[in-house]
Amino acid sequence: MDVHSAPPLMTLPDPEQLLEHLYAQIKPRIQENTALVGIYTGGVWLMERLLKRLQTELGHDILFGKLDAAMYRDDYAQRGLKTSAHPAYIPFDINGKHIILIDDIFYTGRTTRAVMNELFDYGRPASVQLAALINRGGAQLPIRPDMVGADLPLQAHQSFELAMNTLGRLSLSISESASSAKPGVDDHV
Amino acid sequence: MYNPQLNAQGQLQHLLSIEGLPKRILTDILDTAENFVGVAEREVKKVPLLRGKTVCNIFFENSTRTRTTFEIAAKRLSADVLNLNVSTSSQSKGETILDTVNNLIAMHADMFVVRHQQSGAAHFIAQHVPPHISVINAGDGRHAHPTQGLLDVFTIRKYKPEMHNLRVAIVGDVLHSRVARSEIHALTTLGVPEIRVIAPRTLLPTDVEKLGVQVFHNMEQGLKDVDVVMMLRLQNERMSGALLPSSQEFFQTFGLTPERLALAKPDAIVMHPGPMNRGVEIDSAVADGKQSVILPQVTYGIAVRMAVMAILGGGNAA
Repeated sequence: MDVHSAPPLMTLPDPEQLLEHLYAQIKPRIQENTALVGIYTGGVWLMERLLKRLQTELGHDILFGKLDAAMYRDDYAQRGLKTSAHPAYIPFDINGKHIILIDDIFYTGRTTRAVMNELFDYGRPASVQLAALINRGGAQLPIRPDMVGADLPLQAHQSFELAMNTLGRLSLSISESASSAKPGVDDHV
Repeated sequence: MYNPQLNAQGQLQHLLSIEGLPKRILTDILDTAENFVGVAEREVKKVPLLRGKTVCNIFFENSTRTRTTFEIAAKRLSADVLNLNVSTSSQSKGETILDTVNNLIAMHADMFVVRHQQSGAAHFIAQHVPPHISVINAGDGRHAHPTQGLLDVFTIRKYKPEMHNLRVAIVGDVLHSRVARSEIHALTTLGVPEIRVIAPRTLLPTDVEKLGVQVFHNMEQGLKDVDVVMMLRLQNERMSGALLPSSQEFFQTFGLTPERLALAKPDAIVMHPGPMNRGVEIDSAVADGKQSVILPQVTYGIAVRMAVMAILGGGNAA
């Protein structure tokens, strides 16, 4: 995709503050059988940040995993297999667990669907909830995040890019695709 | 240069041989295979990528193991699998290869896995199929067996990730071995600096040095300080004439025994593509020993074949 930086159309929030907001919503939902599952790539960064702080403040270990869902995407026939996919990491028994999925940007809901399909091939969780740093609007499926850092509607040709520097600090930018964007084939769907 | 394995965008269209494939493609296949290793350990040992697709295993030459691993790989990708043992079927009734293939195309097959005793058979089929069909070479004559070469380098990378720092020995019947050719091309492309072949003169192709390998005719010299020992099967069924005095004598001179393995590095791994001739090219104590990674090769072989099929099977729809 041909992407170039564009002047921001809105004042972008500090993702560190959004993460703070998300943390406050997730913390009361942690039970003994809760597991955090990050969705690559941004969702895994967020999961690791949240996990570290939750374990420190709650004083016990929390189960966690990482999923990519490249093998479950509905655009495989159009786009082929993503070559930069990551191996799934689910080191615990899914059966009976309360799963909190963590993604950076919620858009069409197709990634969430793919991740849920993959999750259920590991077993039968007791419940699945979705936490997203940003809900940018544009859902194409009956799936919505249960916890969000912020609702920030974005136009179809734009996308949010979450980045993390070497010190682990998050930053947010908007990129515009020159070609007409096809919702559902973007990396942040 | 035209490469029949790549499409106009430089993506893999067929897998026919490792020779001529860029490092980027090999690395993509190996990285993708990493994602498939864990699939077999889950409650549902399947992913939906090839759901609704039909994979045809066309075996003009018998091979239970290779066919089985391709079949498992396709099924773990949710494909429907058709196994054709042509050696015992239509060809004995006089049907040509292309007639067999055209019939399968008329049945809406999406992918062909081809094994043939003639070198070049998979290339030939690949040139005659419509663009939405991919062909995987599962061994053609003495030419190539690319998925075996890929699973071997995948196994090496698992145990010895620093490929640019390795000394690898390939031992035995290189002359008849399509596996050896594919291994040498894969290792060279991935930047392994030192590849040795150890074999009697009668079991080496005349131009073997041109492949970029060092030639040894003596196990004691050839195995010294290697990181990886890749044994080859003595292919009795392909031997013609007096290439070898006897299999016992071969074991005396070129069999991998614990004493000979001790000359390699202490953490060297031992590989074999199977099926093994115990007591001919490899001693049971080595085959079952702690340095042997022969069974992990089989497990990784499924993940690598899944990766190849998943890469070939996607991105074809408009």
